[in-house]
Amino acid sequence: MAYNLKEQMSKPERFHPGHGLCAGCGAGIVSRAMLRALDPEDRAVVCNATSCLEVSSFQYPLTAWEDSYIHVAFENTSAVASGVESALRAMKKKGKINDNFKILAIGGDGGTYDIGFQSLSGAMERGHDFTYFCYDNEAYMNTGTQRSSATPPFASATTTPAGTQSVGKKEGKKDLTQIVVAHGSPYVAQTTLLGTFKDFHDKARKAIYTEGPTFVNVLSPCPRGWQYSAELLPEICRLAVETCVWPLYEVEEGEYRMTYIPKKKLPVERFMELQGRFAHCFKPGNEWTIEAAQKYVDERWEALLAKCR
Amino acid sequence: MSIKDRLSGNEAVATAMRQINPDVFAMFPITPSTEIPQYFAQYVADGRVDTEFICVESEHSSMSACIGAEAAGCRAVTATSSAGLSYMNEVLFCAASLRLPVVLAVSCRALTGPININHDYSDSMAERDSGFIQIYAENNQEVYDNYLQAHRIGEHEGVRLPVMICQDGFITSHALENIELEEDEAVKAFVGEYCPENYLLKQENPLAVGPYGTSPYYMEARVAQAEAMKKAKEVILEVAADFEKNFGRHYGFFEEYRMEDAEIALVIMGSSAGTAKAAVDELREQGVKAGLVKVRVFRPFPAEELAKALSGCSSVAVMDKSEGFSAHGGPLFADTAASLINAPRRPLMINIVYGLGGRDFTVSQAKRVFARLENIARTKETGPVYTHLGQRDDREEVQ
Repeated sequence: MAYNLKEQMSKPERFHPGHGLCAGCGAGIVSRAMLRALDPEDRAVVCNATSCLEVSSFQYPLTAWEDSYIHVAFENTSAVASGVESALRAMKKKGKINDNFKILAIGGDGGTYDIGFQSLSGAMERGHDFTYFCYDNEAYMNTGTQRSSATPPFASATTTPAGTQSVGKKEGKKDLTQIVVAHGSPYVAQTTLLGTFKDFHDKARKAIYTEGPTFVNVLSPCPRGWQYSAELLPEICRLAVETCVWPLYEVEEGEYRMTYIPKKKLPVERFMELQGRFAHCFKPGNEWTIEAAQKYVDERWEALLAKCR
Repeated sequence: MSIKDRLSGNEAVATAMRQINPDVFAMFPITPSTEIPQYFAQYVADGRVDTEFICVESEHSSMSACIGAEAAGCRAVTATSSAGLSYMNEVLFCAASLRLPVVLAVSCRALTGPININHDYSDSMAERDSGFIQIYAENNQEVYDNYLQAHRIGEHEGVRLPVMICQDGFITSHALENIELEEDEAVKAFVGEYCPENYLLKQENPLAVGPYGTSPYYMEARVAQAEAMKKAKEVILEVAADFEKNFGRHYGFFEEYRMEDAEIALVIMGSSAGTAKAAVDELREQGVKAGLVKVRVFRPFPAEELAKALSGCSSVAVMDKSEGFSAHGGPLFADTAASLINAPRRPLMINIVYGLGGRDFTVSQAKRVFARLENIARTKETGPVYTHLGQRDDREEVQ
């Protein structure tokens, strides 16, 4: 059946309003879209890392989550999900449960790329049947925009601030998506928050309904950390894709496939100029950073294209 | 009918686990507890259990997976020692505050600096405030029996707390001893099925676990947890009574050995109690009124009961097999001394830290401690309160 946004939006809501996330934040949108990808008759157990999403969506005694939900700590979401999935297997074996539960894990880039990396790697290697959604906002936003391994070069963060002797983060962005691919996961994808959400929806569904450990990396802007005005969220996501900063692709059983190739690749400064975290790059004397950022994006894009051929 | 066998402490725990057949076992190896999951892996390989046995990548993840599995509605177990227990530290507190009755077998081993694989309680004592119930064993029989009681204590609706079943690394974990095992069916009947009221995988009603608890709510959650630990005292005795009814072996918060008329006594834990009992027997033959109290349940701490047991003594030595670095003695001493603070009559007390990193504890050392206690009882002078016994050059020995 063809994807229809109106139909999708008329499904019963599974992530409710009233949570405390900022206007213009990607995390809540990712959560809603993730749960829309479930068949309505299927149930989820959502395992959430400590994050803005966690503290904003389940503040006792209120919860935004319609499905079962567990938060334990920052770095162990994949291990918790492993335990829930093992429990599901045990209960199935004993005939105690119908098989309509899907195990979902969700964390930010801090809880996924960095402190949660060991537990993610372990769970991927063990082959648990679950889907991990990373909402990658490219820094530790819950503690106030400290750099992470997902922060791109030249972004100013509170631990890599721009200054008279600094142009922001010196290092590159860890390519977590491809690291997960290297684990042999049956389905890995990158997406973001775009237009009708078809790209997100198709990838989320494939991930959730593929048996085994699957991974969806979602670029998820943060208005506080990236310093943009809330209404620019969709535009920033669009520009991330059109500049090839955030390529849309999927890897099924090791086969790479671009799901979208921009007709005319836009210059990376179009993405950078909307965000305060790159403001120093546009100051006289720092023009080289934009050139260097362009080169960084181009090289990674070409390498990825080569894998997709 | 009990079955007579010869097992190491680790195999005794693995056997109890096999008989209970938990839903999920998440393992990561560390000396000296590694044998527990190894024995269990063979039970899985031979189809003797239908447990989901997952080999995770760290102890942090083994406890985290147990938390996930318990919250999902299943019985989950693991085992560890030393650095592994320390690595779990953060999530031990999570398991306890989420009120999930995970059962954790600990073959206690010294913590690093310097690295050492032998026994003391520096690992488990460092987690004494984690919110886990902690039950200690003198020998293999006790660790088996304690394990059989653990699930019922932790899962009790008035408790809902995780449980550590502690034994002495190598000393009991690896030593073969005669043991009486119970029949599989009798164990299953005693332990029962785990039927939590609410859990993540409940078909008819979702559950949310692990909220952000702001100041207006956090304290109530902590107080409820503290109340559960108090309630655990009752439940531990109820389960012990039922255990005795079924299997004939008696357990309490602690064992009082020749304490009826004791004037001097040791407070001690674990396998060292066996050594100290031999010293008590020798002294009794010489007419010395010596006794000992072997603490089995350290969390919840049986303060009132212990105070009562010690109140008739003139002098008491509390034996800590871990160094607390408080500059004021070890953790068993701190809690024992606090138990007696309001007692109308209380003994003079000293603290002796001994046996660190597997250092031997001998009958003659125990007798020397009793000699010190006799001197204290006679002179009413404690001398140095906090000393270390059994150093290479014996410089700590206070006569």
